[in-house]
Amino acid sequence: MDDKSGVINLEYEVIRYDFSKAGQASSEIKKVLKQLGINSNIVRKVAIATYEAEMNIAIHSLGGRIIVTITESNINISALDYGPGIENIKLAMEEGFSTAPNNIRELGFGAGMGLPNMKRCSDVFEICSKKNKGTKVDMKISLN
Amino acid sequence: MSKYFHSLVLDEEKCNGCTNCLRRCPIEAIRVKNKKAIIIKNRCIDCGECIRVCPYHAQKSITDDLNMLKNFEYNIAIPSMSLYGQFSIDTDMEKVFQAIKDLGFDYVFDEARAADIITEVLKDMVKDIKLPRPIISSLCPAIVRLIQVRFPSLIDNIARVESPMEISARVARKELMENYNLSFEKTGVFYLTPCPAKVTSIRRPIGIKESHLNGAISIDSLYGNIVTNAKKAKVTKAFTRGSTEGIGWARVGGQSYAIGVENYIAVDGIENVINVLEEIELGKLSNLNFFEGLACTGGCVGGPLNVENPFIAKSRIRKLSKNKTKSKDITKEYVKGLYEQGFIGWTEKIYTKDIMILDKNMQRAMEKIERIKYIAKMLPGLDCGSCGSPTCTSLAEDIVRGYGKIDDCVLRMRENLNKDN
Repeated sequence: MDDKSGVINLEYEVIRYDFSKAGQASSEIKKVLKQLGINSNIVRKVAIATYEAEMNIAIHSLGGRIIVTITESNINISALDYGPGIENIKLAMEEGFSTAPNNIRELGFGAGMGLPNMKRCSDVFEICSKKNKGTKVDMKISLN
Repeated sequence: MSKYFHSLVLDEEKCNGCTNCLRRCPIEAIRVKNKKAIIIKNRCIDCGECIRVCPYHAQKSITDDLNMLKNFEYNIAIPSMSLYGQFSIDTDMEKVFQAIKDLGFDYVFDEARAADIITEVLKDMVKDIKLPRPIISSLCPAIVRLIQVRFPSLIDNIARVESPMEISARVARKELMENYNLSFEKTGVFYLTPCPAKVTSIRRPIGIKESHLNGAISIDSLYGNIVTNAKKAKVTKAFTRGSTEGIGWARVGGQSYAIGVENYIAVDGIENVINVLEEIELGKLSNLNFFEGLACTGGCVGGPLNVENPFIAKSRIRKLSKNKTKSKDITKEYVKGLYEQGFIGWTEKIYTKDIMILDKNMQRAMEKIERIKYIAKMLPGLDCGSCGSPTCTSLAEDIVRGYGKIDDCVLRMRENLNKDN
């Protein structure tokens, strides 16, 4: 969309292992979407997708960002991180597959549902990763 | 009747404009303007937090009084099951029930009996794999209203059953009408309530078209009379009372215990309930079977219109529910019959209440969000409440909505004064 006034951009930093702050992006985006009067089921999908993305960055990477763009027709969520990258994306997309270490699992995270949940919540889901560089996940949720 | 009815109202004379309630309100439904608190009507969920926290007793709940009984030929009292926690453990509750009758009622129906009825219905629900998980208890009307305004995506998780209060009213009136050959109009049904949200549910019910109750009288307004009457009470005919499990519904966790569900979470205190509902909305508890969330500390025993300290009352309820008794007359067939007569299930759809929306036109709403962000940056971020809005962000929102102005910020004004000098 060319018209700049019709776009809302939100950006959040996600810090490695900072579980007290992870989840903040998700809850703030939820509030904005409610203020825009977006249907509650779509709000929920965006909240889940963002939350899982935040958690993934906090657990698996060295840190990253969540960038959300809201237009009148859809919501784009990009999750970028610096870190080890994902070795086998196909495997990582399988439900229950997890590389989270024990200390993270003990906190109740890392059940291997993050990426599958993100995919389930989005209409378009793209993931690319480079070993020892980082990972980028792009999700699009349509408003119509 | 006006579009909104709330049991919660402000006594303007007593309110001095302090900001205690402002910050306590879990959905930011209070503002202070011209040194008086204002409750934003379409937001309020009647949880009663403001009543509890007001040091001047200016926030109060509209309830009925015994004068209402004159309007009917026969009157039924339904004491809340939390009443069991309002008397010491060795109190003869038969005398308490008689004391209530002696206030001018013809019939007293124990709400715990209706809890027993719903227990049977919920036992089936938690086994029904077709229902979305977790099933959310509909006992607390403030929580049902909270879900409507803040967690609309969870509306379908709410158990579509009426409250014990409502089912008591229906069963009690039916029993009385049949036994004494009375017409519907001649019978008055009154709830002895610990809870402002229940009062709202009578006037503006959710899930059903019309309440069968004619009014609600607060427990604290009758407590003195009940105690006095109980001393001289003569029980002529024993009351049919609920089981100890039904009584247990008065405390948090009591429902889950009565249903016998293993995989449950029971939470009390509205802020705590909000936190867990957030987790449920994120899909983190989709394996949970049953969620019991109650707005008041301790559950209904903590209702703001009760007399006894919630923790003491809760402990009494726990002790009372120890010796397991069953309601013999409440069988599976009996409950099935009530269900088929339409006494138990909800008939109406629960609607989302969009209280947050800034503008119906999305383009304009987006512009407003940008303005809120811009204004919020100019505010100090102390959330002091002096402007009359609960937080700096909510002041920014109020300004954009047209209900406030930047000069309402006391700190900014002081800074500007200093600059001028």
